[in-house]
Amino acid sequence: MDSHLRREIILDNYQEPVNRGLVDDSSYLKTNTNSESCIDNLDFMMKVVDGKISDIRFDGEACVISTSASSILINSLLGKSVLEAKEILHNYQDMIYEKDYDKSLLGELEVYDEISKQPNRVNCALLPSVAINNMIKELENM
Amino acid sequence: MHREDFAMLQGSDLVYFDNGATTLKPKCVVSDMMDYYTKHTSNIHRGDYDFAILTNKLYDDTRDVVCKFINCNSSKEVVFTGGATMSINMVVFGYMRNHLKKGDEVLLTKSEHASNVLPWIKLSEEIGIVIKYMDLDSNYTLSVASVLKSISDKTKVISIAHVTNVVGDVRDIEAIGKICKDAGILFNVDGAQSVPHMKVDFIKSNIDFLSFSGHKMGGPTGVGVLVGKEKLLNEMEPLCYGGGMNQSFEGDSSYELKKAPLKFEAGTPPIAEVIGLRRAILYLMDIGMDKIHEHEISLKKYLVKELENIPNIVLYNKDSESGILAFNIEGVFAQDSSVYLNHYNICVRAGNHCAKMLKDYIGIKNTVRVSMYLYNTINDIDRLVEVLKNSQDIFKVVL
Ligand SMILES: Cc1ncc(COP(=O)(O)O)c(C=O)c1O
Repeated sequence: MDSHLRREIILDNYQEPVNRGLVDDSSYLKTNTNSESCIDNLDFMMKVVDGKISDIRFDGEACVISTSASSILINSLLGKSVLEAKEILHNYQDMIYEKDYDKSLLGELEVYDEISKQPNRVNCALLPSVAINNMIKELENM
Repeated sequence: MHREDFAMLQGSDLVYFDNGATTLKPKCVVSDMMDYYTKHTSNIHRGDYDFAILTNKLYDDTRDVVCKFINCNSSKEVVFTGGATMSINMVVFGYMRNHLKKGDEVLLTKSEHASNVLPWIKLSEEIGIVIKYMDLDSNYTLSVASVLKSISDKTKVISIAHVTNVVGDVRDIEAIGKICKDAGILFNVDGAQSVPHMKVDFIKSNIDFLSFSGHKMGGPTGVGVLVGKEKLLNEMEPLCYGGGMNQSFEGDSSYELKKAPLKFEAGTPPIAEVIGLRRAILYLMDIGMDKIHEHEISLKKYLVKELENIPNIVLYNKDSESGILAFNIEGVFAQDSSVYLNHYNICVRAGNHCAKMLKDYIGIKNTVRVSMYLYNTINDIDRLVEVLKNSQDIFKVVL
């Protein structure tokens, strides 16, 4: 991806992330990511209706990478079934870890395809995917 | 000063401003440790051969060097530990657990490092001591008046950093030590950020326990010191039992421990590290602690003056008299700032710096911290200031 476009997408999502701000609603699943390896601290909440993700929200203090990744990831998961979401998350994590992955599933998330070159940023990029995976696991265990 | 003594500063444009986390090592320290590993590797206490005797001599001499360095009464008051964290834990769980009781009050502050908070919280869970936080002033410093105001007839311990690791304020430990002495309160001082940077006087400040780490003063990782008054060390229990710390043990389960400090040093200690620490202290004393402190203060004054000219830089502790400055680029997350500076080979630290309660005062969780040492220069500061002046381009650089 062209580095200019990459920067623009990341910055747009950092400066005006989607769904920033939590709601007081007990029908949501909730999780916090207080990463051990960095200082990002984000809360996530997710609502699933009839097997489909109807809302994901987040808030907290975090760096440009994890904030923008939260925003882009939320955008790409909204309206998807839990099964589809798992597939996207899986491919996203494979991309971050430099494994083979299906590009067609990731859309704008591809802006992080070179993040592994900055090892101290890998966890920032993974943070929202870990959080959302946690909530999906919790849902499946209910 | 003395940049030629540090291998990492040679032939590199490195600006190392993360000295609060750990310091660079002078060549003489590495060389003494290398000699131990290549010329006189041996255990202590039990060897009768020549180079084991040399090792023993250096290990024992380190106690005398520490004693002279921080001015305690004798080398019997000097215990080698794994670092400041371990030293403080030994005090809390080896001494305080047996000498405090339910309802006794311990005074801390909210700018303490985790290692001077969590052991106390754990002890309060165990035996019901009460932790109180003394108020900080508007610039996050601790005044003697606040100490006096916080003391009650239940106060048994005051446990504070001499210099805190985010605000970098220098507490008046001489005055506080006198207050403790007069009121019969134990004075536990976390010297992790002061002992490396300025003259600390154990006797003059009436300190009961003093903790510090080797790696923050040009020494190796893995070694630290606990200095304790001899009487208190004799009453303190070891947390670790084994060889080297016992006088005898018998089949009927009777045993006798060695006296302090040896009873606290079970097992093979970090010998190479103690030898490295010895050289680090000799190196610092040779330069002079007052000179180091003055150097850092003058650098900080210059740094503050320069940064105050940059409109989007927020400073949190410009007045504190140490080489520590916490700041943020307005609207930028601290970690993004430190990644940005890394692009110019400038090393700083972003985060809460293990002082997680300080957010109650400052209102923000994370800052960028510059912490200086003897080898930093005006040129280092000019480099930092130049890069911060251009920080409107930050995301062009980090993304
Ligand atoms: C004020 C203070 N106390 C204690 C410590 C703990 O030192 P160590 O990690 O070497 O045990 C630190 C280290 O950052 C510190 O800054």
